[in-house]
Amino acid sequence: MFLLSQQRPLELKIFFPNSSQFAGLSDISIPQDIPVEGEITIPVRSRIREFDSSTLNESVQNTIMRDLKAVGKKFMHVLYPRKSNTLLRDWDLWGPLILCVTLALMLQRGSVDSEKDGGPQFAEVFVIVWFGAVTITLNSKLLGGNISFFQSLCVLGYCILPLTMAMLVCRLVLLAEPGPINFMVRLFVVIIMFAWSIVASTAFLADSQPPNRKALAVYPVFLFYFVISWMILTFTPQ
Amino acid sequence: MAAADELAFHEFEEATNLLAQTPNETTTRSDQLGPKGHVAVAMDSGGSYGAEDEVEESDKTELLQEEKPQPGFWTFGYYQSFFDVDTSQVLDRIKGSLLPRPGHNFVRHRLRNRPDLYGPFWICATLAFVLAITGNLTLVLAQRRDPSIHYSPQFHKVTVASITIYCYAWLVPLALWGFLRWRKGVRERMGLYTFLETVCVYGYSLFVFIPTVVLWLIPVPWLQWLFGALALALSAAGLVFTLWPVVREDTRLAAGVLLLVVVLLHTLLAMGCKFYFFQPLPPEPMASPHQATSQPTATVLPPTLPRSVAA
Repeated sequence: MFLLSQQRPLELKIFFPNSSQFAGLSDISIPQDIPVEGEITIPVRSRIREFDSSTLNESVQNTIMRDLKAVGKKFMHVLYPRKSNTLLRDWDLWGPLILCVTLALMLQRGSVDSEKDGGPQFAEVFVIVWFGAVTITLNSKLLGGNISFFQSLCVLGYCILPLTMAMLVCRLVLLAEPGPINFMVRLFVVIIMFAWSIVASTAFLADSQPPNRKALAVYPVFLFYFVISWMILTFTPQ
Repeated sequence: MAAADELAFHEFEEATNLLAQTPNETTTRSDQLGPKGHVAVAMDSGGSYGAEDEVEESDKTELLQEEKPQPGFWTFGYYQSFFDVDTSQVLDRIKGSLLPRPGHNFVRHRLRNRPDLYGPFWICATLAFVLAITGNLTLVLAQRRDPSIHYSPQFHKVTVASITIYCYAWLVPLALWGFLRWRKGVRERMGLYTFLETVCVYGYSLFVFIPTVVLWLIPVPWLQWLFGALALALSAAGLVFTLWPVVREDTRLAAGVLLLVVVLLHTLLAMGCKFYFFQPLPPEPMASPHQATSQPTATVLPPTLPRSVAA
């Protein structure tokens, strides 16, 4: 393995053999040894710097902060969806994992009901989110979309962020006293966040399909976020 | 000289006919027809075009087989061929399943022998989730009437619904296809559908249940039965009209029994869903108007109250 590092001067020494062997080049007389000095500069691409041994030596805080900043930047892209490629180009699955775990934890309830009658268990939420995302990605690829597998997973996972925020708001609202206003507020918040999720994910995913199949690819996304919204809306503590 | 001119003219017509039918073919292939077309015209001195049509058909199938070698089932392209549908085609197939007509075979007219897996898969998924969600909503409505009922999200119903619907929509076509193949082995003249076409027929026929299930929220019993019967009639009619051309070559007994079993299984599915997911509502409370106008409280009830649902 060979590491490219920063620019540094390079010394070369070239040794020529006895000039009598080059009898044909009689015009040119070359002395025995010519030291040649110079600098060779190698342009260093910024990507290669990541594989530098220096990332092994950096502090753990730097590593974590770098990843967290990348995740945070993508959260911003989801909250303000524009036609940008950041989510697609630098995909990562940390964000979806964090969001899925947060959502599944918040959907837990102190189960007084029998296990069968309660809300979704942690594993059920996990399975729905990840297998739902995988199924939608497979569907999108089978329909002929030109998005890669992990890019699509990344987009679908990150677009759960509005619904996770809705879950937070619902949990806070449920601390107040129950009643119809309580329910209407939660319904309103969930509907707004559901619409936001759909808009954000279609902004990223719809372009990858041919135009006569866009609706076929978007409908499963709609179903996916609808089911998650339903789980959030029907959450009742204890 | 004149004969050579006539033959040249026929050749041109064949080529344009084939091009009109299969617009993707290039004209360079039509020169293969030349000699065979000549032979056919020469043999039928009266100029009947039956032989030419047969030759055209065999040439066309030969050409098509040359063009598209089937990818193996381990490649991604194999499965991609089952999702080769457009939005308009899927909507068209759904409309065809909603309005079955006696002469129109779903497989021949709507699928045009190009089945897809998109429709059956996502219709089953939608139906499973809609069943679970509306079943849960009826519990909310029941709680409005009788506040002693304890509301819970009942998430296990999603699991039950999805397993039921998917097993029905994939195992019953498998059994049907196997049965038809066996009968075809016994009686040669029967037609046959491929497995995917059978799955397609069943999948699209389940679509009519989606609006029906949503309409089952209306808490009027006779209306629920009416909607259920209507949906079942439409769905079963679609299945019967599709299967009839294939099955009518068989003995009347076998045909009758098969169609009866198909309709019976469909009825069982509809009734099972109705009874499991939609418990009948408790009777209207005859107490004070204060209770009758109680607002829906889909949230906390004291957990010590026993859950009671009117049977």
